[in-house]
Amino acid sequence: MEKEKLLGKTKTELEQVVGELGLPRFNAGQIADWLYKKFVIDISEMTNLSKKARELLSEKYIIGATPHSKVEVSADGTKKYLFPAGKQNYIEAAYIPEESRNTLCISSQAGCKMGCLFCMTGKQGFQANLSSGEIINQLWNLPERDEVVNLVFMGMGEPFDNMDNLMKALEILTSPWGMDISPRKITVSTIGIIPGMTRFIEESDCHLAISLHTPFEDERKKIMPIESVYPLREIFATLKSFEFPRQRRISFEYIMFKGVNDTNRDVNELVRLMHGLKARLNLIRFHPVPGTPLEGSDDKTIIEFRDALNAKGVITTIRASRGLDIAAACGLLSTKTLVDEQKNRDY
Amino acid sequence: MSSDFLYELELNPIKVESNVEIAKDVFVLSFPRKHTFVAGQVIGICLEEKGEPRLYSIASGSTDDMIRLLYNIKPDGELSPTLARLKSGDILFVSAPFGTYYGTAKPAVFIASGTGIAPFTSMLRSGLYKDKMLIHGGRTLDSFYFKDEMTELLGSENYIRCCSQETGDGVYEGRLTNYLREKTDLPPDSKYYLCGMAEMVVESRDILIDKGIPFDNIIAEIYF
Repeated sequence: MEKEKLLGKTKTELEQVVGELGLPRFNAGQIADWLYKKFVIDISEMTNLSKKARELLSEKYIIGATPHSKVEVSADGTKKYLFPAGKQNYIEAAYIPEESRNTLCISSQAGCKMGCLFCMTGKQGFQANLSSGEIINQLWNLPERDEVVNLVFMGMGEPFDNMDNLMKALEILTSPWGMDISPRKITVSTIGIIPGMTRFIEESDCHLAISLHTPFEDERKKIMPIESVYPLREIFATLKSFEFPRQRRISFEYIMFKGVNDTNRDVNELVRLMHGLKARLNLIRFHPVPGTPLEGSDDKTIIEFRDALNAKGVITTIRASRGLDIAAACGLLSTKTLVDEQKNRDY
Repeated sequence: MSSDFLYELELNPIKVESNVEIAKDVFVLSFPRKHTFVAGQVIGICLEEKGEPRLYSIASGSTDDMIRLLYNIKPDGELSPTLARLKSGDILFVSAPFGTYYGTAKPAVFIASGTGIAPFTSMLRSGLYKDKMLIHGGRTLDSFYFKDEMTELLGSENYIRCCSQETGDGVYEGRLTNYLREKTDLPPDSKYYLCGMAEMVVESRDILIDKGIPFDNIIAEIYF
């Protein structure tokens, strides 16, 4: 019988594990400590558990950490790690070192269902939701784990399409019994799945980023199919119905596409849309993925766009591009590696 | 549609009229229509009043008395295996219809895989069948749900079935995407509506763009 993984279990779940094995309840806290603070790779290393407890645990469970299978290193120091996740699935985590802070960009799904026109991950289609353990593993097994300052859920997949595993992973990442990372160091980025976004706002203290990419619903529908189900006006109405504490950051991601979303008309509509919401806008240079009909705006346009928005009171920044030489845009590495099982497709 | 409705997705009880298996593991669930809707919209359904609803495209016409949903059993799905056991008279919780994946009277090509045909059957049953073509992909011959009705509405020349694992009369042998690659007379000015699994939608969109269809003439709906 295949052994179950401990990595990714919350303290409540660990209490169930020890309860089923007839072990004392306080063992759950000890196991959590070994898993999420001491990062042991084998149950035998949990030396403050009795020998019998370790034997009982080892009969049914393993730690379940998975090392990366490949890494690509950019000239600017960005590293892209490929992790196996389930049968023939691959996910990516990008480590982005900076002078003041190091960021890890992690994935929530293998592939993605959202089908955005500009996204490489979308071209893989969807393979699987990541378990909470597979989400955690991207940080847990990172060689630079101890240097990571910021964690962003901006890798492969839509986090709010894998809500239960996301929330479990966030609980483990932020709890005092877990990895004890401040929620202010974690940002979850969504395409705008409203029920998930609402639950996240209510149940988590982490920062929220929303992929906007155009302020016009008709335009957004052409590049992001989700707009047909969860339109912009509803996303903004939802956000405006909440009061966010000062420390909690709401931001919008905005990839700049030449002639599509980079005009004065877009500036004016963005100002109107964001009025009354304390949020910032991050402009992102577009680095075309194979086969896309979209082109990126030039630097001059991006700078003018930023300045026009700032002048009208919308706090706007331009995100630095990193890891271009290793195709750090999520999805490129794993798409190259993915084994395409065409015979299993149903169309 | 009010903001309050959409993000809270208020669910109301309704009695199931019927739940019929029309192909292996594929069902049509029917219940009385309580709201007006626009063909192409989705509806949230759940077995509990306070649960998290799953979204399904409406497959019935906008003036039909019954709302019909087309769904298949996903072995690891949270809802569909239980949904398949529902019988006439059982209670289901449903939202009002919503979404903006609308069809129009303009010329259009509908491209669907599997149960992704649902919004297009709604559009066609709602009268939007003039100047329309439907290209439907499936693994087996029983994947072409509502075949007789689609043939009647569109005529065989505008109703293309692509079967990847079986052969049959009047059926293209191969994947839907192969059909699109081979087709040389795709009208550039038509709208192209895609619906189905993400792989199919993304691959088909790439093929259409490669064939010169402007991306703003392509409207995609994805399963999630």
